[in-house]
Amino acid sequence: MTTAAAALPAREAGPTGLWSWAATVDHKRIAVLYYFTAFAFFLLGGVEALIIRLQLAGPGRHVVSAQAYNQLFTMHGTTMIFLALMPLSASFFNFVVPLQVGARDVAFPRLNAFSYWVFLFGGLFLNLSFVAGGAPAAGWFGYANLTSGQYSPGHGIDFWALGLLTLGVSSLAAAFNFIVTIVNLRAPGMSLMRLPVFSWMTLVTSFLIILAFPIITVALILLMFDRMAGTHFFVPAAGADPVLWQHLFWLFGHPEVYILILPAMGIISEVLPTFARRPLFGYPFVVYSGIFIAFLAFGVWSHHMFSVGLGPVADSFFALSTMLIAVPTGVKIFNWIATLWGGSIRFTAAMKFALGFIAMFIIGGLSGVMHASPPADLQQTDTYFVVAHFHYVLFGGTLLGLFAGMYYWFPKATGRFMDERLGSWHFWLTLVGMNLTFFPMHFLGLLGMPRRVYTYAGDLGFNTMNLVCTVGAFVIAVSTLVFVANLFRSLRAGRPAPPDPWGGGTLEWSIPSPPPEYNFAAIPEVRGRDPLWLEQRSGPAERRGARGLRPDAHIHVPAPTGLPMLAALGVALVPAGLIFGLWLSAIGAAVMLFGIYRWAFTPI
Amino acid sequence: MSHLAVAAEPRTSTGLHSRKLAFWAFLGSECLFFGSLISTYLVYKGKSLVGPYPGHILNIPFTSVSTFVLLMSSLTMVLALAGIQRGRMGQFRVWIAATALLGMTFLTGQVIEFSSFVREGLTLQGNLFGATFFVLTGFHGAHVSAGVVWLWSLFAASFGGRVKPENALDVEIAGLYWHFVDVVWIAIFTLVYLIQ
Repeated sequence: MTTAAAALPAREAGPTGLWSWAATVDHKRIAVLYYFTAFAFFLLGGVEALIIRLQLAGPGRHVVSAQAYNQLFTMHGTTMIFLALMPLSASFFNFVVPLQVGARDVAFPRLNAFSYWVFLFGGLFLNLSFVAGGAPAAGWFGYANLTSGQYSPGHGIDFWALGLLTLGVSSLAAAFNFIVTIVNLRAPGMSLMRLPVFSWMTLVTSFLIILAFPIITVALILLMFDRMAGTHFFVPAAGADPVLWQHLFWLFGHPEVYILILPAMGIISEVLPTFARRPLFGYPFVVYSGIFIAFLAFGVWSHHMFSVGLGPVADSFFALSTMLIAVPTGVKIFNWIATLWGGSIRFTAAMKFALGFIAMFIIGGLSGVMHASPPADLQQTDTYFVVAHFHYVLFGGTLLGLFAGMYYWFPKATGRFMDERLGSWHFWLTLVGMNLTFFPMHFLGLLGMPRRVYTYAGDLGFNTMNLVCTVGAFVIAVSTLVFVANLFRSLRAGRPAPPDPWGGGTLEWSIPSPPPEYNFAAIPEVRGRDPLWLEQRSGPAERRGARGLRPDAHIHVPAPTGLPMLAALGVALVPAGLIFGLWLSAIGAAVMLFGIYRWAFTPI
Repeated sequence: MSHLAVAAEPRTSTGLHSRKLAFWAFLGSECLFFGSLISTYLVYKGKSLVGPYPGHILNIPFTSVSTFVLLMSSLTMVLALAGIQRGRMGQFRVWIAATALLGMTFLTGQVIEFSSFVREGLTLQGNLFGATFFVLTGFHGAHVSAGVVWLWSLFAASFGGRVKPENALDVEIAGLYWHFVDVVWIAIFTLVYLIQ
C-alpha cells in the first residue's frame, strides 16, 4: 500500500479549492457533490411539506392561498422525487459502485461529472419558477389537459416540463455510465452472481431509467408542442385523447417508483448482512426478484388509471400484474428477515434504519396491494389513503434506506464515524414522526378527504387527525435537524474510522477510509461473494486472493476538466431559452457544441 | 480491428469495448423514444376531425426514392468502416463523405416533402395527423441531421490525424448510430406511409 502511495505523489494529497470541485471527475467527489446538492433540495422539499402541513393543521386556515398551495404540493412532489431521492441514490451509485466492483472509477468519468452538473442546473432552473412568475401547479404528474395553456397560463408548467426534460438528460447519462461500469469494469473473478446486491440494484435501476425516461421525454415534448407551437396532442376538441398523457406518464411513472425503491433495497441488502454478521440469505432470489420487479414495472402502469374507466379486461389485467409484483417484493422481505435469523445483530444507527425500512415498507407495500384491486382503488383514489401509501414506500422505504446507507458508508467516505447516540435519536424521532404524519392519513383517506385540496370544512371529522399529521411533520423536521447537526459535527470531529469499521464483506472495506483517489492500489481478484469474509475464513494462502496483490506500477488517474460543466451549462440553457428568449437557446447550443467537441477531442 | 481497440483500452469484464456498450444502451433508450412517438402516431391515426388526411397527401413514390437513398447510405457507411479498419484512409474518406451526402439528399427530400405538405394545408396545428406526422418525422430528421454533422466531423478530423485506423471504433460507433436511424426510418416508412 505504502509503495503505491509513494509512487503517486502529486494527486494523493487531494486538491482543494472551488475549482478542484468544479473540475473533478473523481466518482467519490462527484458523489459528495450529488449528496450535498440533493440534500439541500431535500430540505427545500421538506420546507414545502411543512407549509402544506401548517395550512392543513386545522379547517379553513389561510396560511397560503389555494394557488400557492397548488404550487407547493406540485413542487414538493417534483422536488422530492427528481431532486432529492433520485440524486441521493445517484450519490450512492457514484460513491459505492466503483468501490464494490473493484474499479478505479466509473467507465466514463467526465460523463459522470456532466450528469451531476446537468442535475444541478436542471434543479436550479425548476426552482427558478418560484421567482420567475409562479411555480408549476398541476401536480407532480401534470395531467392533461390541466397543463394546457388554457388552464395553466404563465410559465409554471413550462419550467416544470423543460426542467424535467433537462433532469432526464442527467439521469440517462448517469444510467448509461453505471450500466457500463457494472457490466464492464468488474474486478477479475467478480462474476455477475458475485456482484454485491447494491451494485446489482444499481444495474437494474439504470436499465429502468434508460427504458422509462425516453417515454416521459416524448410526453413532455408533446406537451411543450401543445403549449408553445399550438398543436393539439392533448386537446379533446381536436379529437385528441388526454388519457394518452396518462398512459405515457405512467409508463414512465411506475418504473420510476422502482427507480426510487430498488437502490434503497440494495442498500439494506448490504447493511443487514454486515450488522447481522451473516451473508445475505438467498442471494440469487434477492437478485432475481429485483430483476423480476423491474420487468413487471412496465406491465402495471394502468393501475394508476383505474378511475379512467379502461374497461374490465384492462382493469383485470393490470390488477393481476400489480398483485403479482407483491410476490418478488415479499420474497425480498422474507430473505432480509431470514438474514437476521440466528445472526449476531448489532443495533447501530444504520441497522436501525434498515430494520425501520423493512417494517415501514411492509405497511406501504400492503396498502399498495389494496390499490391493486380496482373496486377498492376506486374508493381510495385521489384520497389521502394514496398519500399515506406512497409516503410509506417513499419515506418509510426509500428515505429510511438512504439514511441507513448514509450511516453505513459515512466512515468509508470521510474516515470518521457518525455519532451513534445522535443517530439513534435521529432514527427514533424519524420513525415516530413519520408514523404520526402518515398513519392517520390512511383513515383520513378512507373517510373521504381528497388529495390536493387546500383546505377542508370543520365538521367532517378531519380536524384532530390533521393536527396529528402536522405535529408529526414537525417531529420529522426536528429529526432532520438532529441528522444535519450530526452530519456536520461528525465531518469535523467524528471518531476516526479504520478501513473496515463494521466488518463488512464487500470490496470497499478492503481499502483505506477515505479511499485514495485511485481506489485500489492493485485491482483485487475476487474468489466469491463477500470476498473479505471469504478471505477471513480461509487460510493465508487464499489471503492474497482479494487483497495484497502487488500494487500496479502505473495508475492512470483522469485529469480534472471544466468541460463537462460547460457542456452541462449549454444543455440547461437550451430549454431555458424557450422561456427567456431564443437567443439564450442559441448561446446554449453553441456552448454545448463547443463543450462536447473540446471534450471529444481531449484525451482522458 | 478488434485487436486495435483492445490495445488502446484497458481490459473489460466482457471483452466488449466500454464505449460501444454504452452506445448500445443509448440505442436501446432511443428505441423507447421513437417507440413512444410512433405509438402516439398510431393511437391518433384516423382521429383527425379535419383534413388533410394521410391518403390524400402522402406521396409514396417520392418517399420511396428518399427511403432508397437512406438505405444506400447504410451500405456506404459499411464501406467507410471497412476502409478505416483496413487502414485505407482514401477509401474511408470517399465513403464517409458519400454517406453524409446521401443523408443530406434524404434531408433535402424531407424539406421538399414538408413544404409541399404545408402548401397542401397540412400543418402542425391543423389536425392530429399533421401534429403527429411532423413531430415523428421531424424528430427522425433531426436525428439524421445530427448524424450528418457527426459524419462530416469524422471526415474533417481524418485530415487532422485525429481519426485514424487506431480509432476505427469512433467510426464504428457513428456507424451504429447511422444504421439505427435507418432502421427507425424503415419502421416509420412502413407504419406511416405503406400501411394506411
